[in-house]
Amino acid sequence: MLRVHDLNAWYGPSHVLQGVGFEVGVGEIVCLIGRNGAGKTTTLKAVMGLIARRGGRVLLAGEDILARPAHARFARGLAYVPEERRIVPGLTVGENLRLGLIATRRFGDAGREIAAMATLFPRLGERLDQIAVTLSGGEQQMLAIARAMIAGPRMIMLDEPSEGIMPALVDEMFALFARMKQSGTTILLVEQNVERALEIADRAYILDQGVIVHEGRARALLQDAAIKERYCSV
Amino acid sequence: MAGLSLDLLALQIFTGLALGAVYVLLATGMSLIFGMLTVVNFAHGAFFALGAYAGFLVLALGGNFWLALLAVPIVTGLLGMAVEWGLVRHLYGRGIDDPLLLTFGLSYVLVELIRIFAGTQGLPFDTPDALAGAVDIGIGYFPLYRLFVIAMTVTILFLLWLFLERTRIGLIIRAGARDPEIMRVLGVDTGRVWRLVFGLGTAIAGLAGLLAAPLQGVSPEMGNAILADAFVVTVVGGMGSLAGAIIAGLLVGVIVSLTALFAPEAGDVAIFALMAVVLLIRPQGFFGRAGLMS
Ligand SMILES: Nc1ncnc2c1ncn2[C@@H]1O[C@H](COP(=O)(O)OP(=O)(O)OP(=O)(O)O)[C@@H](O)[C@H]1O
Ligand SMILES: [Mg+2]
Repeated sequence: MLRVHDLNAWYGPSHVLQGVGFEVGVGEIVCLIGRNGAGKTTTLKAVMGLIARRGGRVLLAGEDILARPAHARFARGLAYVPEERRIVPGLTVGENLRLGLIATRRFGDAGREIAAMATLFPRLGERLDQIAVTLSGGEQQMLAIARAMIAGPRMIMLDEPSEGIMPALVDEMFALFARMKQSGTTILLVEQNVERALEIADRAYILDQGVIVHEGRARALLQDAAIKERYCSV
Repeated sequence: MAGLSLDLLALQIFTGLALGAVYVLLATGMSLIFGMLTVVNFAHGAFFALGAYAGFLVLALGGNFWLALLAVPIVTGLLGMAVEWGLVRHLYGRGIDDPLLLTFGLSYVLVELIRIFAGTQGLPFDTPDALAGAVDIGIGYFPLYRLFVIAMTVTILFLLWLFLERTRIGLIIRAGARDPEIMRVLGVDTGRVWRLVFGLGTAIAGLAGLLAAPLQGVSPEMGNAILADAFVVTVVGGMGSLAGAIIAGLLVGVIVSLTALFAPEAGDVAIFALMAVVLLIRPQGFFGRAGLMS
């Protein structure tokens, strides 16, 4: 589904990604882990086309999309839930969900699509007319995920979805990822909650100081205390 | 001042509202453009003048005022989109100064172009026959055309509100003004939306110019003075706020009209004094978000 070769990214003069390479197969959950400042967010942003200065190759279903603008990547079935969630202030929960369909032909049917999402996310369904930024942190994260999923992407990238969320909702969220995988969505997951993430992932990559330093099956990494100690302590 | 009747005062306030309506339209367009693009459009006055001249041209070619009402916003809107595409968009992300200087220079070029093609002299612009004369509005006779200007402004604002609140593109504009990056992630080509918003702003400016033409005639410089006033309106109302543009526009119109009656010599100073007071008490204006310019 996604193949990244020799991805480089800069913020001004600082060379943050220095040749990152990884792959996400169709239907897989792949986890990208690493310390604070390792470059995880930058990797997702570069894949989504939100970093001005970048180089390398990003193949989505075989097509090199690196030079394309972000909105063209969405059109090719790539969704992204940023770390800060980016719920649009001033708009209701329902309007934020509509934004997920705004660039699609199904916008005219938004009412029905939102009703379908509301059964999947009952907490949101009960609050469609509420101003979205007044939701709790966990509910906002659910809204950000629902907004990214409503258009039916082939692949979704999630940046630390469980950050700052109460445990009960975290359980709900990881159960949701497992269901998304079952229904055929490919997932690239960045998480600090390493244990939980590795439990549902197929494979994982460890990023450190802008390069991939390790890759392996999630099950194997889960048991490798030394690696976890070295790269995942916060 | 003695002998001033309450009716005269009320009439003068009404006159101020008609003048304010023109300010409201100009400031609405400027606010829309600033709110979404963070561009202070100093060429807005030139589009106002272009609208009036485009209307003049429609009449000269045998069209009528109603046709001009339709054609002018299309012409100035498309021109605005061309300007955004050719010039303004290259300066996005460079802060507030560069687009400001660009549009400032552009306003001189546009006004000069008007002078070259239409002459430096002002031209008369007749009130359309159907709207000539005055009607009794209870407090006295009031020019019908001014009532029409107020009614048109209300209509345009209502249509704009419907567009922003009830349409797909309106939702994109409202959301994009808050967070353009997430809109790109959700598949929106924000560059096209910005072009549309710029064109919408200049279309309304052109329409305002056409509506103002029968009140004051047309001249190449007609946009310069009114731009300064409209700028006061956007600052007082709050940059980027449509509600602010409406309330401040009407307020400034009434103040200009009343100072013209009571203290003509203070006419030009009054609204700048208002702006200074508002900036001292509430730097972001009535409805502006604090820190927008920083
Ligand atoms: N906008 C920016 N401008 C300059 N430097 C940045 C910017 N964003 C991130 N960086 C730097 O780039 C490096 C990688 O940051 P990034 O946000 O990708 O890390 P991360 O792995 O997502 O960290 P975290 O776990 O804290 O979210 C860090 O050193 C960070 O300071
Ligand atoms: Mg991060």
